[in-house]
This record gives sequence, C-alpha cells and structure tokens, in this order.
Amino acid sequence: MVSSRFIITVIGIDKVGIVAGITRVMADFNVNIVDISQTIMQDLFTMIMLAEIKEENFDLSSFQKAMAGKGHEFGVEVKVQHEDTFRFMHRI
Amino acid sequence: MLIHPEEILETIKMVTNENLDIRTVTMGISLRDCSHPDIDTLNENIYRKITTCAKDLVKTTDDVQNLYGIPIINKRISVTPIAIVAESCNEPDLTSVAMTLDRAAHDVGIDFIGGFSALVQKGMTPGDLRLINSVPKALASTKKVCSSINVATTKAGINMDAVALMGRIIKETAHLTRDQGGIGCAKFVVFANAPDDNPFMAGAFHGIGEPECTINVGVSGPGVVNSAVRALEDPSLGDISECIKKTAFKITRMGEVIGKEVARRLDAKFGVLDLSLAPTPAIGDSVAAILEAMGLESCGTHGTTAALALLNDAVKKGGAMASSSVGGLSGAFIPVSEDAGMIDAVERGSLSLDKLEAMTSVCSVGLDMIAIPGTTPASTISAIIADEMAIGMINKKTTAVRVIPVPGKTVGDVVEFGGLLGRAPVMNVNSFSSERFISRGGRIPAPIQALTN
Repeated sequence: MVSSRFIITVIGIDKVGIVAGITRVMADFNVNIVDISQTIMQDLFTMIMLAEIKEENFDLSSFQKAMAGKGHEFGVEVKVQHEDTFRFMHRI
Repeated sequence: MLIHPEEILETIKMVTNENLDIRTVTMGISLRDCSHPDIDTLNENIYRKITTCAKDLVKTTDDVQNLYGIPIINKRISVTPIAIVAESCNEPDLTSVAMTLDRAAHDVGIDFIGGFSALVQKGMTPGDLRLINSVPKALASTKKVCSSINVATTKAGINMDAVALMGRIIKETAHLTRDQGGIGCAKFVVFANAPDDNPFMAGAFHGIGEPECTINVGVSGPGVVNSAVRALEDPSLGDISECIKKTAFKITRMGEVIGKEVARRLDAKFGVLDLSLAPTPAIGDSVAAILEAMGLESCGTHGTTAALALLNDAVKKGGAMASSSVGGLSGAFIPVSEDAGMIDAVERGSLSLDKLEAMTSVCSVGLDMIAIPGTTPASTISAIIADEMAIGMINKKTTAVRVIPVPGKTVGDVVEFGGLLGRAPVMNVNSFSSERFISRGGRIPAPIQALTN
C-alpha cells in the first residue's frame, strides 16, 4: 500500500450523535483523524474525514463493516475508501 | 484538506447513482507451455496452470474493491487461443478442453473464461478446424466458456471459407442451446482485427504476443457520461465533446489505480486499461441514452452515427490523456440486449440492423447481442458477418459480430437472457438470399491499405 490514508464519508439525514457515534468506532479501531469537515449539502448531512491508519496489518474489512453498521444505526451511509480513489481520479 | 469535498462527493455520486464500475478484471494466462499430443495430459496441464495462476484472483480483486470502495463487477480469465494450444492434439472433438476451462473457471470462482478461440484470417490449420467444429458442443456443454474466431484482418483480408463456416456454427450453437433461447450464441463472437488484450467477453483471449500472466482492466461508465452530458445547459456539440473527454479521463484514472494494485498484489504484469462505455440493462446506464442526450429523439434516427462518432472519439481522447496503458478496444459498445435505451429504440422502430451496421463503422466492436429470427439461413448470418468484417478490414479497426438466431422466435418476439446479458427484441433481417455469394468461398484479398510496410 502506497499510503494508509482513507477518506471516510458520512451522508444522510442529520441527527443528534452521528459524529460522536462514528468517531467512537474510529477510536476503537485506533484510527486517527487527520482532517474533518462537515456541511449540509442539498439538505443532506455530509461529513468528510481524512483518516490515518498506522498499523501494518490493519483489518480494513472489519473496520468498514463496523463503520457501516454504526451508520445504519443512525440511518446514514458511511463509506471508507482509500484516498487514492479520489486523488488519482481528479488530479493529473 | 488536500482533496476537495466536492470531488469526493462527485466520485461517490458516480458510483452510487450512476453505476460507475470496474466492469471487469481479467487475468490473461499463457497456456503455450501446456501443449501435449495426448488430450488428457493437455487438459490436466491446462487445469493446473489456470488454477495455479488464478488461485488468488477473486480474493485479491475483492480486497482491492473494498480498499477503494469501487465495485468490481466481473472477474475473468483469458487464455491463449485453444486452437494453438491444442494444435498438436489429434482428437477431433475439443469439447473436453472447453469443459476443463469451465471446471477451472468454476474452481477459482471467476465469472467467465475466454479463449476457446482460433485466428484464421488467412487460412485454417487442421487444429483450427477441429476447434471451430467443436464450438457448438463446447458452448452447449459449458457455462462460463466464451469463444471467438478472428476471420479477417486489414493485413490478410477476409477468409470467406471461415465466414461461410461461421454461419453454420452459429446456427448449430443456437440449436444446441435452444431450450435457453440460443444463449450459446451470446458466448460466441466473430472478429476482424481482434485485439490481443481485450478484457471484454465474449471476445477476450490472451494474445500470442502477450507476457506469461497479465491483468487487464475494463472500466465502464455510460451512466456517468450520460448524467454529465445531461447536466450541461444548452451545450454546443463541442461542449459535449469536452465534457465527455473530462469524464472519460476521470473514469480511466480510477481504473488505472485499481488495475495496477491488483496486478501488484498478484505479481502479474499490468496489461491494459480498456475504457469502454459498456452499458448494462440498468436504467440510465445506456449508450443510447447518451446519444439521445445529445438531442436525438430516439437512437437510430438520422444523426445517430455522427453522434456516436463524437462520443467514441471523445472517450478515446479522455482515456489517452489519463493513462499510458489504454488499449483493448476502448470506445463505446453498442450491444442491443444489454442496453435499455437500445432495446427501447428497436421496439419503437427507430433502430434497425442496417443502422446498427452503419454505427459500427465509428464505434468499438460491432453488431453485438442482436437477436434475429431462428429461421434466418446460415448464409444470411455469414453475409451479415462478411459485411461487418469488411467494415473492420477497410477501416483498420476491430469489428465483431455476436448475433443470436433465436430458435422458434420471429420478429416482434422478445428473448430473455437475464443478468448482464439482458433481453433482446428479435430484429428483422433482409429476406433476400446471399447464398450464392457466401458459397463461393475463398478469400477477399487484403485491401490496398494493407501495403503500408
């Protein structure tokens, strides 16, 4: 892996406690937040985080599953994607 | 933040709402070292080679899919054309080789395996002929095996003996799979100028100039292009071309990231990235819809060929800028059964076989997934193939024919194939005979453009 930075997006209807719930899961997996932004776009709550994973053999799929599960509790969609997805797609 | 939130949301929207996907990751495997005169040994060698090379293909692809969060729809394998691998084997029926491919494909968990193929543009060896004659039974007795025959190139001309044979092979394949609407024909394609590194079925095979093991990636996003074009406000055709180019660039970049990562993890060579707008039956994921977004009332009407030429060229330009490994076919596919917009156009009477043929002169591949009446004579099918091969030969491009003479069905009927293959309305073919033309056989000589050395 070139780098182990991930973009985490949380999209859905706004509700109390989303940020706390999601970041709790991240802390449990020892995932560090590098940058965070949150806006309401087209009536949707949108949180975008740049997260860093330092462990060598990080269990990405369990983390993705836990994050999606937490999102499900709040009725929002949570995605964890490697930053290259976005970096390569839009930049030369 | 280094990456703009809008770019992030755009990517997510492309995947979630516009069906952006990596259509296929195809591992190309050379089977040249598997040759053996004894067919049982040959089959054993083939099985062992494929299952060794591809044992981690599906798992790795799934891991990379999760890492980047972009769906990878199909995992496939292409192999050295079996006619070459089995040439030294005197067995008249090569169906057992197809069944070995099928078993290997099943055991490693992939969706399709291509390469039950022969390259006969200038003439046929006994091995080629054995393979071609085995095609109907091979396709009827396997699920995942795809077959292709290259019968023409710009350099060699058109092998009309092979073309004549193709009509009969297609009819027989349809007959042997008649209880499933002739589905065997959906796994068989006839080519002119077939590329060695095409990741798309049914035409994929591992060309003889390729390395031992490669990863080729096919990326597709007609839905993304469609929605980008539709979002423009009163654009000129130049604006549309520009918009398609930029969108194609983004799609290609994503494919390259994924292809390289899969290849790295599997310790295979990264081959090509094939950026093709390959539609799916999902609403909006349609090439016909893009053409209609340019201002045509219904795909197939006058102006369609021009619109398709613009689309295909813009896709190639965007892709060429995004990656140095763009190859395969890269352009727009216009299958009928797999494209909801094309199906609608046929059903409303705006799109005919003749117009589709004209459109193939400016796009990738050719007459693709077209259902025709089951009673269509073999010579008419051969003649349809001959026309398409001529377009490829003269224009120095790849063309192909994948038609399905649906047993027991006629114009106005619909045949369902399910899944990515979709459903096809049976289309009208010209009722006048081509019998005498096709029965002459021989070879249409290479055109003057062939003398470029």
